[in-house]
Formats: sequence, structure tokens, C-alpha cells
Amino acid sequence: MDSQITISGFLALYIFMLAAFSGWVIIGRVPAILHTPLMSGSNFVHGIVVVGGLFALLNASSVREQVIGFIAVLLGAGNVAGGYAVTDRMLAMFQPSAHKPAHAKSRRTKPHHLKKS
Amino acid sequence: MLHAIPQLAIGAIDLAAAFLFMYGLWRMSSPVTASSGIFVAGLGMLVAILASFLYVFGVSAATRPYLTANIGLAVIALGLGGGASWWSGRKVPMTSMPQMVALYNAMGGGAAGAIAAVELLGNKAQGATQLVVTLIGALIGAVSLSGSLVAWAKLDGVINKPLRIKGQQFFNGLVMLATLSIGAYIAFVASDGAGQPSVMPGLIYLFFGCALIFGVLMTLPIGGADMPVVISIFNAFTGLAVGFEGFVLQNPALMIAGMVVGAAGLLLTLLMAKAMNRSVSNVLFTNFGAIAKHKPGNIKGSLKPAEAGDAGIAMRYASKVIIVPGYGLAVAQGQQKLYEFVKMLQAAGVGVKFAVHPVAGRMPGQMDVLLAEAGVPYDLIFQLEDINDEFSSTDVALIIGANDVVNPAARTDKSSPIFGMPILNADKAKKVYVVKRGEGKGYAGIVNALFYGDNCNMVYGDAQAVLVKMIEAVRGLGLAAAA
Repeated sequence: MDSQITISGFLALYIFMLAAFSGWVIIGRVPAILHTPLMSGSNFVHGIVVVGGLFALLNASSVREQVIGFIAVLLGAGNVAGGYAVTDRMLAMFQPSAHKPAHAKSRRTKPHHLKKS
Repeated sequence: MLHAIPQLAIGAIDLAAAFLFMYGLWRMSSPVTASSGIFVAGLGMLVAILASFLYVFGVSAATRPYLTANIGLAVIALGLGGGASWWSGRKVPMTSMPQMVALYNAMGGGAAGAIAAVELLGNKAQGATQLVVTLIGALIGAVSLSGSLVAWAKLDGVINKPLRIKGQQFFNGLVMLATLSIGAYIAFVASDGAGQPSVMPGLIYLFFGCALIFGVLMTLPIGGADMPVVISIFNAFTGLAVGFEGFVLQNPALMIAGMVVGAAGLLLTLLMAKAMNRSVSNVLFTNFGAIAKHKPGNIKGSLKPAEAGDAGIAMRYASKVIIVPGYGLAVAQGQQKLYEFVKMLQAAGVGVKFAVHPVAGRMPGQMDVLLAEAGVPYDLIFQLEDINDEFSSTDVALIIGANDVVNPAARTDKSSPIFGMPILNADKAKKVYVVKRGEGKGYAGIVNALFYGDNCNMVYGDAQAVLVKMIEAVRGLGLAAAA
């Protein structure tokens, strides 16, 4: 385990702080029209928990750990697959008008929070 | 030295996955790039999951006899959970999207809670900090699991009414206190304080039980109209739980992804609460129906019914029309007909725009998705702050299935419970048509002064049936002109 990373104390807090800040800024850019796909998309992203579940299950050394680990992977996999399926489906529905895509592009790429209300 | 290679590979791939998640979410800031954004994030997820099978090279001696079974179980769990969810996610109707998201969110919370259970029951935490963080993650994950399930049941109609009993908040507080006490006992008393817990499993099960019960109790009294806020909160909760368990497992990818989602959920929660003119604590701890009964103010005028066909023809000869769709439109399944009608108006040279209120629907932005599903191009859909000034220069505002979000009392009547809520200024249009099933009140139970205005006519009936009549009337005009 030479290359095992050790994250403790303040280092963890730094990671949490930077990640939370990035999340806030990235999500703040998303226009209200995309809030439902955004929510299911972020729902999909926290499905990364399945990786933690796999770690727990693959390292299980008793039947009890196998059972709980199995549940963790089952639920995590459900989170990932479902989140991706619905987000992808919804985003595919958002289409511009056939005749004026250029106009749509210029208007919609403007960050949400930069607009004057 | 050879055994370090899998570790290195996992580290590198998880780093790449964390980047892909953030880049994917970043690309979701515009409908133009959003579709590729989720694909990028999905790619990150796929490689992270595949890479985690490399964990088999680093297992301890105690695990070796179980390893083959573990790998088999992992593949089965991935296939079962992933397959079932994928299938349900592919065929769920768009109107049921909120409960689906609640369900997937419950799964994420449950997975985080289960990981915490493995850590706790196996006495795997190293040091007091890790133990405490594991417990916090377990608590949030469990609350998110049971709370999201209740939210799902409410959205799906399994539970119809908010359940409220006397002294509920006191009781909820008691359960919360009990959960925290058990957690503190596990962390500081049952263990020797240095983080080597020798806790009996019973106590841990009790801890999880209390947390699950608290999640149920917390969500039960919240009304259906407040669900957008509740889903956002639980989304943030699950994100936090995942982030904390990521710390316990020393996996930065989980920490980053979890925290990003936590912040995103918090931001959406605040946005939703603002759009509903309520604070988050107000949503969680106050019963909306319990707010002082509002006396209908001195509303002048009367409700003036109009024929659907006349309304349709009026819009045909207008030059600018804004449509305000509400959840009632989705209930009547009228989106397709609405867009059909809009296309006829556009063909006749009428400028048509859609104005969507942030809380139209049962989750943030659901109305936008429902319109997109019906084929409405996203450049016709405008949000409140982008279109509100245009109503005064609009000939006809057509309101379908919306009520409280166009109630001018929010601007004028200080005694109204919705005073201060941002609303669509449909009352400023030259002519307003309101399509409504009957004379009933909106979700909030407040009389809408707009309906009594001089410029407003009511078109009673089912939204879809009304739209069919409008389409026929306008088509009839075209035929008459051609003849």
C-alpha cells in the first residue's frame, strides 16, 4: 500500500471546501430551464457511492459484511444507472427551433447569474 | 513493488473521474452542450466503477477466502441494481420524474448508510475523527434514505395527505436527540475514546433505526406543494453523506463528487425556497395550511366566462401571445395539444412565447422538461426574470393550469400569505384568458384577483379539451378564408 493516499484533518477540510465552492459556482451557471436535468444529473453524480460500496464488498471478510456490502452496491448501482437514464432522456428532449439555432445559442449560453434581473 | 500498480491505477482513474464529473456538470450550463455533459460524467462513472475491481489486488489475508464470492456478488449486485434502475428510468413518464429522482436519491443515501454500517460493524474506523465522520455520514445517509422514500410515496400518491399530529415537532426533536445521544455514546463512551470501538452491534442497529425513523417523521408533515424544496434538500443530504463516507474510505473522488452535489443541492434548495417566498426552515417546520386563514380582500369585478373557440380566435389575430403553463396542464396531459395550437399560431404569424415560473411542477424546472417533451423548442421557453417585463406589451396572456404563480396579490396585498412571492405579471397583458377546470382556488387556497380583472376571461374545462376546441376554431378560420 505504498501509493495509498492518506487524507486527514485539515487536508480533508481543504478538499471539502474547494469542492463545495466549485459545486456552488458550477451549478450557479445553470439556467432555470435545466434545473430538473441538473438535479437528476447531480443525483447521478453522487451515485459514485457505488465505488465505495464495491470497496466495502470486495473487502468483506464475513457473511454480515457481504450482505451489507451487497446492499450497498445494489443501491449504488441503482442510483447510477437510474440517474443516468433519466438525465440522458430529458436532455435529449431539449431541442432548439429548427430555423434559428444561432440565435438560441447566443442567448442561452449566457451564465444565469450574469443576467440583470 | 508490483502490488502498488493497482493502487496507482485506481488513484489515477478516480482523479480522472472526479475531473470528468465537474467538467460534465459544467457543460450542463447550456441546453446546447448539456447532452454531452451527462455523457462525459457517465464516462467518468464507468471507468471509476471498472477500476474499483482493482481493489481485489489489495485485500487483506482475512478476506482471501471470501474473495471469489465477493467478486461474484459485486457483479450480480451491479447487474441487478443497475439493470432494474436503467429499465425503470427508460420507461418512466416525464410527469413521474420527481418521484423517480426521489427514489434514486433514496438509493444513494441507502448505499452511503450501508457503507457506514460495514465500517462501524467491522470496527474499521481509525481514530476518533474517522469514527465521528462515519457516524455523521451514517446519520445523514439514513435520514436521506427514509425521507426520500416518504417523499417518493407522497409524490406518487401513495400517501395523499400531510400527516400532522399535536406536539409533532417536540416528538421529532426527541427522536433527533435520541439519535444524536446514541451516536455520541458510540463515539466517545463505548469506544475507548481513541477510536477503537468495541461496540456491540445492537447499539449500531439502534442508531440506524432512530435515524431512519427521524427521516420519516421529518418528511411526513410536509405538504405536496413543498416537495420541490424537499427533494433538493435530500439530494444535498445524500451528497454530503457520500462525501463523508468518501473521507472514511480515504477516497477523494467520493469526497469531491459528494461535496459538489451537496453544494448544488443547497443552492437549488435556496432557489426553490426563494421562488416560493418561504424560508427553508419555514418549509421544514411550519404547516403551510396552518398559517393564519386569509380573508378574501375587497375584490371588485366578477368572473367572466368565455368560449374556448372565441379565445382561440382572439389569439389567432393577436400579434404577441405569452403562454403561462402550470402543473394543471400536465395533469390534463395537454402539452402536445398546446404545442400543436402554438404551431398554428406561429404559422399565422403570431409571436408566441412560453413563460415558466420556477416552481411550476413538482420539482425545480419540471415544466420546462414537460414542454420540451412535447417538442417545444427551448428558445421559446422563458424564465420569470427574462420575460416579466414583456407582459405589458403583450396582446394575449394564456394561463393554463396555473393559479398562484400569476396572483397579483403577491405584489399588492400585504395581508396575503403569498405576499412578496415572485410572480409572472400576466395581469399586465392587454387580454388574459385563464383555462381552468372550475372556479376552485389554487394550491394555496387563495382567491386570485387576476381572474376578476376587467381584462380577464375564464375558459372553463379540461385543458386538453379546451385546446382541442381552440385548434378547431382556428382551423375553421383557415378553411373559411380558403373557401
